[in-house]
Amino acid sequence: MRLRKRLASIGLNALAWLLSLVVLIPFVVIVLNSFKSDAEAKVLKLTLPEKFIFENYKIVYEQGHLGGSFFNSLLHSGASSLLLVFVVAFSAFTLSRNYSRLSKFLYFFLILGITLPLNYIPLMEVMKSMSMINSHLGMILLYTAMGIPISLFITYAFVSNIPKELDEAAIMDGCNGIKLFLRIIVPLLTSVLVTVFVLNFLSVWNEFTAPLYMLNTVEMWPMTLAVYNFFGQFSAQWNLVSADIVLTSLPVLIVFLIGQKYIVGGLTSGAVKG
Amino acid sequence: MNANKIYPWYFSSGAIVLYLLFIVAPALLGIYYSFTDWNSYSSEKNFIGLEHFRTILAGDPTYLLFIKNTVLFTLVTSIAKTVLGLFLALLLVSGVKAANVHRMIIFSPQVLSFLIVGLVFKSLLDPNNGFVNVTLRSMGLDVLTQNWLGSLTWAMPSIMAVDTWKGMGYIMVLFIAGLLAIPRDYYEAASIDGAGFGQKLFRITIPMLMPTITIATVLNITYGLRVFDAVYVLTNGGPGNATDVINTAVYSSFAKGYWGLGSALSTILFVIMAIISFFIIRLMNRKVEY
Repeated sequence: MRLRKRLASIGLNALAWLLSLVVLIPFVVIVLNSFKSDAEAKVLKLTLPEKFIFENYKIVYEQGHLGGSFFNSLLHSGASSLLLVFVVAFSAFTLSRNYSRLSKFLYFFLILGITLPLNYIPLMEVMKSMSMINSHLGMILLYTAMGIPISLFITYAFVSNIPKELDEAAIMDGCNGIKLFLRIIVPLLTSVLVTVFVLNFLSVWNEFTAPLYMLNTVEMWPMTLAVYNFFGQFSAQWNLVSADIVLTSLPVLIVFLIGQKYIVGGLTSGAVKG
Repeated sequence: MNANKIYPWYFSSGAIVLYLLFIVAPALLGIYYSFTDWNSYSSEKNFIGLEHFRTILAGDPTYLLFIKNTVLFTLVTSIAKTVLGLFLALLLVSGVKAANVHRMIIFSPQVLSFLIVGLVFKSLLDPNNGFVNVTLRSMGLDVLTQNWLGSLTWAMPSIMAVDTWKGMGYIMVLFIAGLLAIPRDYYEAASIDGAGFGQKLFRITIPMLMPTITIATVLNITYGLRVFDAVYVLTNGGPGNATDVINTAVYSSFAKGYWGLGSALSTILFVIMAIISFFIIRLMNRKVEY
């Protein structure tokens, strides 16, 4: 019996590693490839490079518009996530506390956007009429709007769990609505707001469709579009494409490692309650 | 206590204005454009009624193919992600060593852009020098090599496989959270009664996971119907139109300048999603007010 248990445990561990490898191998192939010479990288194999060539990364950085597009991605992700945290904190607070029909309606109206597809063709018209095509401000506001539904959903549930007695006590002590919000509620919301920030940062960083429709000058491109364009030019040189992929994924993987707790927490919230 | 005074609704006006401008206005405008002949070749927008919808649903059969592809993609990836996600979750809570490391590895593709994942697999699935075919050849399995993204038979299954590979980690994480919430006593009681693995799985685990399974399904379906990046990056709808889905068709009608027609395609997707959303919101509502 004990032997059977040990064998089963070894089997399960082996299976887990096998499945993890299925996920890891594609990345390992790309990372190895990014250090190979052009000729060596022609065939994608799981072998160590004969000689590690760091030059690839330099070429990619210089020719792939990576510096400028890194800045654009950072600006779009950072600014829209900050703005999002701000508008979502306010709206979640007031919509979840105020038990009127209007606030209930507004909440459902806003979270409806979680599932509805964005219609990009008329969106272009709307943004054109506000002169927000090819503009950083336009992209930031658009990303903020896109992030509102899911972020509100996560934050709303969180505010509902803060006891209302706290509000009452604060009001007795002479707080008005805005003071109550800033002094009592916001400090309690910190962790969920960090979650909202991190999740939105990642999704904007990864966004590909909106820039494809809205941005048509190279200077405005985020990293996703820059990489796609780079692939179009250098698709025959896999060592360079691989280095480009590695450079672009690094920021995301770093954010993921730092914000892991918040990412997983945010993605599972709402799914397992009840 | 006057709630309106302490919690004034205009605290949410920032969110409401942005949402109206960037999400709602385009949605409504898009429905209007669906009934016009708006295109890049003339400056006028003439009202033409249901003509685009007739073209899409009864006229040109390629449009029906796009809708069929979208539904097929959604069905297959939803089932695959749910089954694999559940399997992985069960494996990782069964006491394997370094479960957290496995969880992080399997989840990691989820945080990358589909653009990156798409390019990775574009290289891996290359018919001549890609990792998959090279590996198959080196093992003497030449018969199994395929033109994965370029053949009519294999392009769609390849996209679905890549998408499942990317998304299964997220569903796994949902299931892990769900599994950890099931009280251990249930299993102990069942063990004492002599229940085997299968009985525990089908009598305790799956029924107790029903809420998580529902949410996972909803997420998979809404994601699947809206898919764009995966198809655009991997095949751009090819070979021919074989892997085009609704959103890639919207993009190509946009690129060709058929804006009214593109809007009509979007509207069809919008209607499908609105019906599904209605049920989802009810589900979420039940969740919040427990």
